[in-house]
Amino acid sequence: MRFKKEQSPFMEVVIKNLTKRYKGFKAVDNISFRINQGEVLGFLGPNGAGKSTTMKVITTYITPSEGDVEVGGYSVRTHPEEVKKLIGYLPENNPLYLDMPVMDYLEFSARLQGVPKDKVNQRVREMLKVCGLAGEKHKLIAELSKGYRQRVGLAHAMIHDPQVLILDEPTSGLDPNQIIEIRKLIKDIGKQKTVILSTHILPEVEATCDRILIINKGKIVADGTPETLRKQAKGREVINVKIEDGSTEDVRNALKALPSVLDVIVIHGKEHSFEVQGDKFAAPKRDIFKMCVDKGWTLTEMVPFETSLEDIFHDLTIN
Amino acid sequence: MNRPALIIAKKELRMFFDSLVAYILLIAFLGFSGFFTWFYGSDIFLTKQASLDSFFDTSYWTLFFFIPALTMRSIAEENKTGTIELLLTKPISNWQVLWGKFLACLLLILIALLCTIPYIITIAWLGKGNLDLGVVSNGYLGLLLMSAAYISIGIFASSITGNQVVAFLIALFTGIFFHWVFGLVGGGLTGTPGEIINYIGMSEHFDGIKRGLIDSRDIIYFGSIIFLGLVLAEVSLAKRNTAE
Repeated sequence: MRFKKEQSPFMEVVIKNLTKRYKGFKAVDNISFRINQGEVLGFLGPNGAGKSTTMKVITTYITPSEGDVEVGGYSVRTHPEEVKKLIGYLPENNPLYLDMPVMDYLEFSARLQGVPKDKVNQRVREMLKVCGLAGEKHKLIAELSKGYRQRVGLAHAMIHDPQVLILDEPTSGLDPNQIIEIRKLIKDIGKQKTVILSTHILPEVEATCDRILIINKGKIVADGTPETLRKQAKGREVINVKIEDGSTEDVRNALKALPSVLDVIVIHGKEHSFEVQGDKFAAPKRDIFKMCVDKGWTLTEMVPFETSLEDIFHDLTIN
Repeated sequence: MNRPALIIAKKELRMFFDSLVAYILLIAFLGFSGFFTWFYGSDIFLTKQASLDSFFDTSYWTLFFFIPALTMRSIAEENKTGTIELLLTKPISNWQVLWGKFLACLLLILIALLCTIPYIITIAWLGKGNLDLGVVSNGYLGLLLMSAAYISIGIFASSITGNQVVAFLIALFTGIFFHWVFGLVGGGLTGTPGEIINYIGMSEHFDGIKRGLIDSRDIIYFGSIIFLGLVLAEVSLAKRNTAE
């Protein structure tokens, strides 16, 4: 139960062939991955995909049916107490002792996490400041709004300065300003610590995570940086173009006739504008430009739209 | 006793006082036991004896009913709100959690019993020195051991559900067997079966200790119930791995 800043260079989390069975069905089915120190991993997936189960196994709350998880070299099967010391955990739905004042709750958590008595006050004060709770420290948690409760949960997870942070839906229920603040906080922490966060909000992973892992029906279906995932996505490219000097009908037909263009939609309310869906691998942008030159039309706008993560997510998780 | 258990015990005890549970228990306990000791039934002034027997007999039943109300919240509430997950992902063992909760309840009972010290003083004064302090301390020891046994049962009942009312009823229902039924059945039987059932009953051991006959049999009895209750509670905490 010692409070020690272990600066092991190998503060990584390794998931090895993890399977978790619940009464016959596999919540997590033989997954393996590794998270390095200083990495923020976004864990994505539809409800019931196995995100929370995986996180609960990493935090030792539940034990794996098969396989193993190692945190900083300690196995959750053989050294759960060591693993627990390294981890700060914010469970799903952020359970809290509602009838405790914020400060007492943080003190209680710090003491249980093994923070030495003379450091408890300092850590609590630091967390109150970092999480913007200084004005609410004497209030009962039950009196706080959802956003503030979420901050209490985060403060609790970080109270012992853990090397690994596991956050199950850290921004659920927050208003947009709070979301931005919390994301910034997570990003800052992620520079030195290992962070795993789950979410179904896709812009969130783009904003905070270095790496994305998409899980569906207990299996990993994608793993990589947001950019590599986009590249892997199906080959549609969306381009908004504005072509002047031609009638809408002519331009539309000409665009449609191009071999690299799959579909054209006329954008209503905006003159001479079209949304073109092209085959990414056949260079539709070049074709459109050449077509305009050939026909003597003026291309005044060409805005490529990146394939969004939503599409990737949708493709990978809907079968 | 180890530190995390004490941290939990302190927090639980504080929550008893913050939520008024502690005050309600103290007032009700002192009210009931005081009423039957001093005013009603075979009270002090009727028996005209310098003894606390009527207090012990009343407390024997009062505590039996109050303890499930005290323990029902301990784990059931954490199961319901999900805070159990916070507790069990701290670097502490299931045992330390259970010991902490157990200790908090026992301390509250101890406080309640300490509040009855004025009874002893008054009776000692009224009895002009005829009060046998050995008998008195044995009676208190008996009440404390009995409470510890029911707290353990209550914590087990609380650990298997997320509903406090269910926890209360299970604890009370289990308790009534030890408290009354076994003694009743055992008394009606002869020979070895009767002896065994009598041994499982609470009253034999409570009376034994109250009479000043502190036997290893009684200590083993209370120790086993406390141990068994907490072991079963531990099993039900660990069960999260297979169920859900």
